[in-house]
Amino acid sequence: MIKNYDVIIIGAGGAGLRAAVEIPKEYSCAVLSKVFPPRSHTGTAQGGVCAALGNMEDDSWENHAFDTVKGSDYLGDQDAIETMCQDAIRAIIELEHMGLPFSRNEDGKIAQRKFGGHTKPADPNDPYGKRIPVMRACYSADRTGHVMLQTLFENCIKNKVDFYSEFFVTDLIIEDNVCKGVVAFDIATGEITVFHAKAVMFASGGYGRVFRITSNAHVGTGDGTALVYRNGLPLEDMEFFQFHPTGLWRLGILVSEAARGEGGILKNKDGERFMQRYAPTVMDLAPRDMVSRAIISEIREGRGIKGSDGTDYVHLDVSHLGKKVIDEKLPEITGFARTYLGVEPTKEPIPIQPTAHYAMGGIPTNVNCEVLADEKGNTVKGLYAAGECACVSVHGGNRLGTNSLLDLVVFGRRGGKAIGEFLKTAEYSEIKSGPESKTKEKMSWLLNNPGGEKVYKLRTELQEWMMDKCGIFRNEQDLSEMVSKLNELKDRYRNISIEDKGTVFNTDLMEALELENLLANAEATVYSALNRKESRGAHTREDFPKRDDENWMKHTFIFENSGTPRIETKPVTVTRYKPMERKY
Amino acid sequence: MNITVRILRYNPEKDEKPYFREYSLQNVSADWRLLDVLHEIKWKQDGTLTFRRSCAHGICGSDGMKVNGKNRLACSVLLKDLNTNKTIVIEPLPALPIVKDLVVDMSSFFSKYEVIKPYLITKTPPPPNSERLQSNEDAEKLFESAKCILCGCCTTSCPSTWSNENYIGPAAFLKTYRFAFDTRDEAGDERLDIIDNPDGIWRCHTIFNCIETCPKEINITWHISQLKKRISTREL
Repeated sequence: MIKNYDVIIIGAGGAGLRAAVEIPKEYSCAVLSKVFPPRSHTGTAQGGVCAALGNMEDDSWENHAFDTVKGSDYLGDQDAIETMCQDAIRAIIELEHMGLPFSRNEDGKIAQRKFGGHTKPADPNDPYGKRIPVMRACYSADRTGHVMLQTLFENCIKNKVDFYSEFFVTDLIIEDNVCKGVVAFDIATGEITVFHAKAVMFASGGYGRVFRITSNAHVGTGDGTALVYRNGLPLEDMEFFQFHPTGLWRLGILVSEAARGEGGILKNKDGERFMQRYAPTVMDLAPRDMVSRAIISEIREGRGIKGSDGTDYVHLDVSHLGKKVIDEKLPEITGFARTYLGVEPTKEPIPIQPTAHYAMGGIPTNVNCEVLADEKGNTVKGLYAAGECACVSVHGGNRLGTNSLLDLVVFGRRGGKAIGEFLKTAEYSEIKSGPESKTKEKMSWLLNNPGGEKVYKLRTELQEWMMDKCGIFRNEQDLSEMVSKLNELKDRYRNISIEDKGTVFNTDLMEALELENLLANAEATVYSALNRKESRGAHTREDFPKRDDENWMKHTFIFENSGTPRIETKPVTVTRYKPMERKY
Repeated sequence: MNITVRILRYNPEKDEKPYFREYSLQNVSADWRLLDVLHEIKWKQDGTLTFRRSCAHGICGSDGMKVNGKNRLACSVLLKDLNTNKTIVIEPLPALPIVKDLVVDMSSFFSKYEVIKPYLITKTPPPPNSERLQSNEDAEKLFESAKCILCGCCTTSCPSTWSNENYIGPAAFLKTYRFAFDTRDEAGDERLDIIDNPDGIWRCHTIFNCIETCPKEINITWHISQLKKRISTREL
């Protein structure tokens, strides 16, 4: 079956839905998603979305931009960061106008609270002097992502956007550097459809499921990044993967930074507030990469707490905040602690450990969300990306908390606008023969392969190895071992076999396809990590412990190359913020 | 501990009608989510077992299903919350057509949601460069209803849904409340008219199944009663 749309958006999280709202009504637009839109992972974001509204105290978008650049460990492109932080104010007001139910301050304006890495100068006359935490995160209790996703979905319904829910995208049609559509199958029936389009946007999210302990939903398998990579296009900065410091112990379920923004404290087994040794000025509100490293260092030095299964954790204590603050401002996350760990946060500390959370890297784009074909800045006609699957790069080596939700609405809209402009003159390009044949072959192979290797087994091994060898601390030996393991897993994938041979809602088949995508994302991540011989942001090399601005103020562009990827680089765009030591 | 699980299975490509299949699991932990049990079966015993899931911590709303007769999210139920001495019985959400095993066709659920105009309707243009004002007290009145994750547990547990497939249902009413009681909304009667009809809110007979089943512990009936009050006191 062939369907024609002016634009196809892949993914129905924040970025995809925001883009869909922006597409001018005269154009046909369909959103494809492997889950119903309100199931998307945006909904699990908790703490807030930052914009320098100045509703609680003086603030400026320049402060926000400075923090984002510094938080990125100077790898973020400063022009893109300035665009995002400047546009943030309008974007948040727009969400309010769309109906998002924000928490409010005493004046009835959008309430704001502190968040990790968000600061302002202690003395306004000394912009580069000592900085103090600032209330910049706009929120709706601790369900900010949930209400954002709902609000955007509601606005799509209002705008009568066409949804193809529970469609799995298997192929991208690019011929002569022109994107012409995608191939997908309807999960409910197994029927394959070619979506012929003038423009395609990926808003397909991250790939946290490549790690064993992750806050990411089961759907977070990086299908979009893998598809782009397999089609010969580059991925950018894939070595930068953020571990959120506070995941529920064992489970990895996110406990928002809002817990620390409201005054929660991290403690080791001696009850010591250890962050005062690592980040004396902002302590528990240091950026995520630093806090995650601090937690692992405490555990390595024997100051963690041993859990029932032999693994270690540290404590997040919010009990001193009082029941009222906890119930009103942190109801959801304290509920998780009660449900899943049987811990009562109003009385006792919450066991936490770092959890794989967010891909800073992804599909390279310019500020208008046009996908880059190479490190020189050439674009692929008709192909766009936004959100976690994309790398603009506004997050550089480490994303600040709340900037992910902001990225979704700022760049989702910019992508939608850019597509609207493009469609004024774009026409359908003819697709050469049989775009669905590769998908048919692959599905038939997976359904009939006698192999004997099991998806869950390969996936578990991949996740455990990635956690151990390519996690928070990395070194040449571990990464090389990971490369060998990856080659072994890819070999074994050839013998994969699944039990469900049907066409109706075959989740066995989907998991096999998702595993292939995880392997592609892992490959890009490991090779990029091996290549970058410095420590910056979330990428920490024990064998190269210092940041090396002389040699590494550049982005990694990795290209698939039959198992041994090719790596190119692109310089970081610097506007007004000169790299300096990153202390908090 | 060891447990036994009975799961309603149905594959439209093979089976004439749904049937129960039993699975035994050894050495499982009381801390496991029911979703972990389903994964254990799917990954190690029977790859054909089919269910939806995503976030695995009660936010995305994918894994609503009937557990020992009550609609719940598989990721929000721990084994220690169930009587594991007895066989655990898992069935798909009721009142919706089964697609396969525990996967039901949610399209009627979402079309009822769309019917109630689930978006802010305003007539007065907002201030150009700032937010509309709203007191935090007024904002917080919406928060409980805004918690809804559209899992479908409430609507499919309601006897009024079972007896009338066109019944709009508690999840959609909750969303109506979310907007009708938003001080920024200006839809007025337009919103209330949609639910003030024979398939609408008066078919709610305060049976409280919705409250009992809601995984987010929302007092749905209270929200419905506020809508009933507003409808019955409005001037026609």
